[in-house]
Amino acid sequence: MSAILIIEQILNGLQLGVMLFLMAAGLTLIFGVMGLINLAHGSLYMVGAFAAAAVAGATGSFLLAMVAAMAAAAIAGVLIEVVVIRRLYAKDHLDQVLATFALILIFSEGVRWVFGSFPLFLDIPDYLSGPVSLPGGIQYPLYRLVLIGIGMVVGLLLWLLTQQTRLGIQIRAGENDREMIAALGVNISNLYTLVFAIGAALAGLAGALVGAIQSVQVGMGEPVLILAFVVIVIGGIGSIQGAFIGALIVGLTDTLGGVFLPQLFRLFLEPAGATSTGSALASMAIYILMGAILIWRPTGLFGQRA
Amino acid sequence: MIPERWLNLGILAALVAVPIWALVVDEPFIITLVTRAVIFALAAVGLNIALGLGGLVSLGHAVFFGIGGYAMGILAYHAQTFTPLAEWPFPIDGTKSMPVIWLVAVTTSTLAALLIGLLSLRTSGVYFIMITLAFGQMFYYFSISWAQYGGEDGLSIYVRNGFPGLNTLDPIQFFAICFALLCAVLGFNALLARSPFGLALNAARQVPHRVETMGLSPFRLKLVAFVISGAVTGLAGALFADLNRFVSPTMFSWQMSGEIIIFVILGGVARLIGPVIGAAAFVLLEHWLGGLSDYWHIYLGAILLGVVLFARGGIVGLVARAHG
Repeated sequence: MSAILIIEQILNGLQLGVMLFLMAAGLTLIFGVMGLINLAHGSLYMVGAFAAAAVAGATGSFLLAMVAAMAAAAIAGVLIEVVVIRRLYAKDHLDQVLATFALILIFSEGVRWVFGSFPLFLDIPDYLSGPVSLPGGIQYPLYRLVLIGIGMVVGLLLWLLTQQTRLGIQIRAGENDREMIAALGVNISNLYTLVFAIGAALAGLAGALVGAIQSVQVGMGEPVLILAFVVIVIGGIGSIQGAFIGALIVGLTDTLGGVFLPQLFRLFLEPAGATSTGSALASMAIYILMGAILIWRPTGLFGQRA
Repeated sequence: MIPERWLNLGILAALVAVPIWALVVDEPFIITLVTRAVIFALAAVGLNIALGLGGLVSLGHAVFFGIGGYAMGILAYHAQTFTPLAEWPFPIDGTKSMPVIWLVAVTTSTLAALLIGLLSLRTSGVYFIMITLAFGQMFYYFSISWAQYGGEDGLSIYVRNGFPGLNTLDPIQFFAICFALLCAVLGFNALLARSPFGLALNAARQVPHRVETMGLSPFRLKLVAFVISGAVTGLAGALFADLNRFVSPTMFSWQMSGEIIIFVILGGVARLIGPVIGAAAFVLLEHWLGGLSDYWHIYLGAILLGVVLFARGGIVGLVARAHG
């Protein structure tokens, strides 16, 4: 096995990781600030991807498509926050799970109704396609490197937003004591809507960016949503830093496990058995990891002690 | 408003009357539809033991449903291909006998629930929801990559398994088996809720620290509830696979877990007959709305939203007085 393969797979893992981070950041902010578990976050990812595919198809501009994705997801997010989600903050987690599950049903069928059941395709623009040469003679797709870069930049911006701005102070104060900051004159209702819109826009951006690598179809959001849940559980719910570390751990484990576990089993099993055992174990690896981390630290790596 | 006991009897009577009517007018499809509702109800009654009595929001009950399904699928597959299930430590053959399959389904889902419960109950609240969801995904992906038993395509069984003295291929007789099991489990559930264990569990849900000061362990109470709950849902899974003569990874999917929760909430959480009404209402809606529109999930979603936001207590809460 060559070093080039290993480095390529690590880059693939990073790329999956930063995309998961875009999803997980919104989820963890929404949970941290509003105490809401939002299953419909995957639907916002899907809305972003479909908006991008539609706009790219109409205008041919990839940048416009990304802007449209963020705007559409943010609008959808604000809409469901005002109409439905707002009524759920005071309710228990069971109600939140069910109501947002109902939103998934509505969104998925609604999108299928508008766009049909066939997948759409979003093309990578010419200036971002093709391989680039990295030091050491590695050929790697430029687009995936751009995704890693975007993820890192968004991570940095979110960190600056929460740590260095007035809005960030309000968000962090809201996590600690929502009644106190309401008493201090912050319009908590607007703050919640704004946080929800930011989370939704990030999910929409992730959907559009990934939509250019995979196909854009109904139901694309849910597998990513569940991975993002794993990420925030590993990282500790409510922590942006935890979401970032968790996303990289999950992305790398999933990618590297899928490639290397079958090869590892080939050392002591016959090839056919090794491939099936290895890939079965690889698909379960992140859940096993999550279980292990929760047993070790029941509130995640960066979570506050309950 | 009617007393809850009358409602319970009325619902069970209706569940018997409809298939008999369908038998008279020769509509076997309706019998199958009611059987489907009864099996879903059994799965939901199982979840209700954890969710209603124990307050455990498990988003992973499809694990037990799927294990029950695969217990049936694997045993029947080996019986129909005449291959041994295992050769070591001693030869084990597949079987086409329902009681044996049920025993295996209940045993394996009990073990799985014990293992999952031991790990998941270390957490609570939203972490519990997510870790049960993750266990569900683990089993789902495992079943997809398990090529020996069909992988993504699942397993088809040619002939429905047998029950001594009955012809299970006759829809009404298979319905009778499922209905009898549902009644037995409902009776068990009613006894459980009134037993010292049920009362302690109820208290552990509401004020865990007081239960602890009484010298009882909330963890152990919840674990037992979770295991019983998983075993019942596993039994339902075996019946569901037998109804369809087919089992696939879909039984492990998280949408399945979501649907089982929907049955419970639609009917009324922590009410004895709630899950039965919820499952029946779901099957009715699926059949009726599915006939009206290809996009019936939109309406289902809207109804579900309405129940969660405005009708806490579900259908039972709307029509029946609490115990009185």
